[in-house]
Amino acid sequence: MIIGLDVGGTHIDAVLLRGGHVLEVVKIPYNPSTILEGICEVINKLTQKRDLSRIERVNLSTTISTNAVLEGRTSPVGMILESGPGVDPSFVACGKENFFLDGYIDHRGHEVAPFREALVHEASRRFKEKGISAVGVVTKFSVRNPSHEIRVKELLDGDFYPVTMGHALSGKLNFPRRVFTAYLNSAVYERFTSFASAIRRAFEDMGIKAPINVLKADGGTMSLKQAISLPVHTILSGPAASVMGCCILSPASEDAVIMDVGGTTTDISFLAGGVPLLEKQGIRIGAYPTLVRAIFSFSIALGGDSAVKVADGRVVIGPRREGPPAALGGPEPTPSDAMIVKGLLDFGSRERAYLAMKELGFVLKMEPEVVAEIILEKMGDMIKNAVDGLLMELNSRPVYTVRELLYGKRIEPREVRIIGGPAKALAPVIERKLKIPCVVPDNYQAANAIGAALSRTTAEITLIADTARGYITVPELGIRQKIDGSFTLKRARSMALKLVEERAAILGASPEDIEAEIIEESCFNMVRGFYTVGKNIRVKAQVKPGLTGYGGEGREIDAEGRK
Amino acid sequence: MLKAVNKLGLVFFPAFDWAISPTHPEREERLLYTLDQVQEEGVADIEGVRFYNPSVAEKKDIERVHFCVPDISSLVTESHMVSAGGAITAARAVMEGEVRKAFAVVRPPGHHAHRVIYGDRGFCIINVEAVMLEYVRRTYGPRRVVIVDTDCHHGDGTQDIYWNDRDTLFISIHQDGRTLYPGTGFPEEFGGPGAFGYTINIPLPPQTGEEGFLYVIENLVLPIIKDYSPDLIVNSAGQDNHYTDPITNMNFTAQGYAKMTQRLNPDIAVLEGGYSIEGALPYVNLGIILALAGLDYSHVKEPDYDPEKIRQPDWIAEYLKRLCEEIYRRWVSKEDAAKKMFEGKDRVVRKKRIYYDTIAVMEEQEETIKVCPACSGLITIKSECDLGYSILAVTIPRDACARCIDEGHRAYRTADPGDYSGIYLQDKVNDEYCAKI
Ligand SMILES: [Zn+2]
Ligand SMILES: [Zn+2]
Ligand SMILES: [Zn+2]
Repeated sequence: MIIGLDVGGTHIDAVLLRGGHVLEVVKIPYNPSTILEGICEVINKLTQKRDLSRIERVNLSTTISTNAVLEGRTSPVGMILESGPGVDPSFVACGKENFFLDGYIDHRGHEVAPFREALVHEASRRFKEKGISAVGVVTKFSVRNPSHEIRVKELLDGDFYPVTMGHALSGKLNFPRRVFTAYLNSAVYERFTSFASAIRRAFEDMGIKAPINVLKADGGTMSLKQAISLPVHTILSGPAASVMGCCILSPASEDAVIMDVGGTTTDISFLAGGVPLLEKQGIRIGAYPTLVRAIFSFSIALGGDSAVKVADGRVVIGPRREGPPAALGGPEPTPSDAMIVKGLLDFGSRERAYLAMKELGFVLKMEPEVVAEIILEKMGDMIKNAVDGLLMELNSRPVYTVRELLYGKRIEPREVRIIGGPAKALAPVIERKLKIPCVVPDNYQAANAIGAALSRTTAEITLIADTARGYITVPELGIRQKIDGSFTLKRARSMALKLVEERAAILGASPEDIEAEIIEESCFNMVRGFYTVGKNIRVKAQVKPGLTGYGGEGREIDAEGRK
Repeated sequence: MLKAVNKLGLVFFPAFDWAISPTHPEREERLLYTLDQVQEEGVADIEGVRFYNPSVAEKKDIERVHFCVPDISSLVTESHMVSAGGAITAARAVMEGEVRKAFAVVRPPGHHAHRVIYGDRGFCIINVEAVMLEYVRRTYGPRRVVIVDTDCHHGDGTQDIYWNDRDTLFISIHQDGRTLYPGTGFPEEFGGPGAFGYTINIPLPPQTGEEGFLYVIENLVLPIIKDYSPDLIVNSAGQDNHYTDPITNMNFTAQGYAKMTQRLNPDIAVLEGGYSIEGALPYVNLGIILALAGLDYSHVKEPDYDPEKIRQPDWIAEYLKRLCEEIYRRWVSKEDAAKKMFEGKDRVVRKKRIYYDTIAVMEEQEETIKVCPACSGLITIKSECDLGYSILAVTIPRDACARCIDEGHRAYRTADPGDYSGIYLQDKVNDEYCAKI
């Protein structure tokens, strides 16, 4: 048996699965200040009278780090930064204390100037004075040569915990984002760690000995043990859980749109060839753009509870929520009320919903049913506009070769998966507006928890080989090694695949789930004067987001399991 | 987070799959480290900086500027159409008001491409700025434009194309032609009879540094631009004046480029040359981007930057002072000088030998410009080259009078195909292009 949990903003969704069958689905409201109690309550409800020792794993998508950041309940962080020449670095200062070192490493990972170690000792003294224990160390181009970050950590000599080094979090170039990502990782470390140990203890108390995995924003998982040193990757995993759930409940092999329509927002994501599309750089968390690998997700302020008004003789939906739908005694008409009037939803008082439509109809000089129809149409138009805009943006992501520019793949969705409260009511409208089939997966109410339960471990690594200088660098693993001049793209590829497989295993992947692939590669001849002096090889490898075993016998989800 | 003072559009297209040849300066690797720097600096996250993929230029866009011999498809690759398209994309973003300024970091470059083209010349086939500018004029109406070419090489192609067009003031600042390819660009090259004085050449001595460049900008280029009062300023932003450039001899710096950009304040910049791909381009491009966006560039310095080592020789300041005075005097008295030179003439003939270094071909050209009281004058070009082509090309300028239009069409119609390998007509009034090959 597998347990999947999605701890959201107001509710915890949970499922218990066995062999592809959904055994139980539970949803409870909870108070974010007592998240642990909430989780325990959900597990009790899920597993009542069942043998807890038969649970194989628990997968958890949690808002603990997200909330810590958004509510400002983070630890003070001391940042040690090295920016070298370039953009004025003052805007990246984000810790309680920020120290800038005077060294520099250039774009090829060449040490232009060492830093003065006395500066690190000074930083260390200041941090101690201010009672700072969490530290972030980020140097420019550390993904090309992490040696300065590593040296700073050595100099801090174990006096601080954690010490997050920028290169370990992502192999991507982007110094400001690397700074913010390292900062957040150190800032949420303490809260995440205490949550992790509390949950482990609670599970032990309940008799659950199964491994615990945590969902990441890219739709993959990692073991709770690994998550402790990389808590920033657990931020904003909720939308990823829903997208993964959709992929499981209703697999697609082509391009698709995924929509999750909630009370106040609609989240839009995409599948490219059946695989969730990722953010180009990383997710934004509060005010901070980061390098946290994440499933692309865009929120529009439109949901079942959005307030509907009439302005200049026209229906306006949202962007605010003024309360629950009129059918539940709310102050303003909502799309949910329109759906109730149309007989597409059934909750609360139909009379109240009808009255709300009638009020709008009075202003518009229309019958309540017509008003309801117009609201649904309008909602469909708003979603279509958002999807079109996003596709335009995604299809104009920068490319750097003539081949990609002229012949590169574009995302052209062939179908829609829609989940969330009003999904069934909206599906026909969306289908008509986008002119592609719109599917509401069975069990869609539990998509997020199912997504959490069945997602497999993901990993990504970046390998840069510079044969002129004779080095390879794999920042995510802290590798910087000498190579000889005969190193080739072919060797880089096989090395990258092997390393990403090892990485996935460390993060908690089961061997049968590790399908490594190369996602980017390039090889440039380096010419100085009129002679080729070496090759600059760049390879990115990943274990992409995907599904793992269904728990117990069989890996195929059967017809029953979908019900 | 950083926020641009000027909204800036960036067409950053390094064309990682295009090279003239594997070890040529124009090779795949050229903008590799520049892209690394731009990405590492997080330029894409600066609020108000927007990245664009290039569009692809169309045949029509090329025909407004060039005579390709024998035809476009024989000479021009997809990469050239993308580079020109990138410049068009940058211009469009500015003209449509999406951004205040735009920078097309595209390759291959274009400023050595003349009106007539037989092949690659100085790494260029298509003059991307001219293609962009004629697109702008055709789409958004007439514009008075200054093109300031700050590449280290004389922008001889752009000069050729705008030689007789007073709506395009072309100013080229470059290393003295006596010491560098293409060997032209002297102050005496001053424009044709319809636009005498609207081509300005400022040859600088080798080893001119920050001080000299900025002196020329402040004391000559900006005053001339002010007098001209253009609608649009375009910068052909070549970066081979850098002290580390392997094929030139100047002492310019990333700081210098950024300051120069800030002072010139162009609406659109287009990358031209620049072949110090590690030591200069990452920093120079970053400096230009920040300057265009109105952001602090004072921290952008080459890792080995040492102002003492690259200070220009003392005599240069005095030399430049006299040079600027002399050129400004010419600019102010251009109308009188034009009268003296062209009064009473009915046509002006220029004979040119144009060498295509990349393909080792010599072109012999005779360009005849009609001196017309009603317009800038019909242009007729007879050209032949080692490849065996011998062509007649007729350009009817944008401002042509009815008689020059007629004359141009008649010349095209009546030319005997037996005398030429190809006869071409570019009618810029009616946006037409015809060829008899
Ligand atoms: Zn020039
Ligand atoms: Zn040049
Ligand atoms: Zn005329």
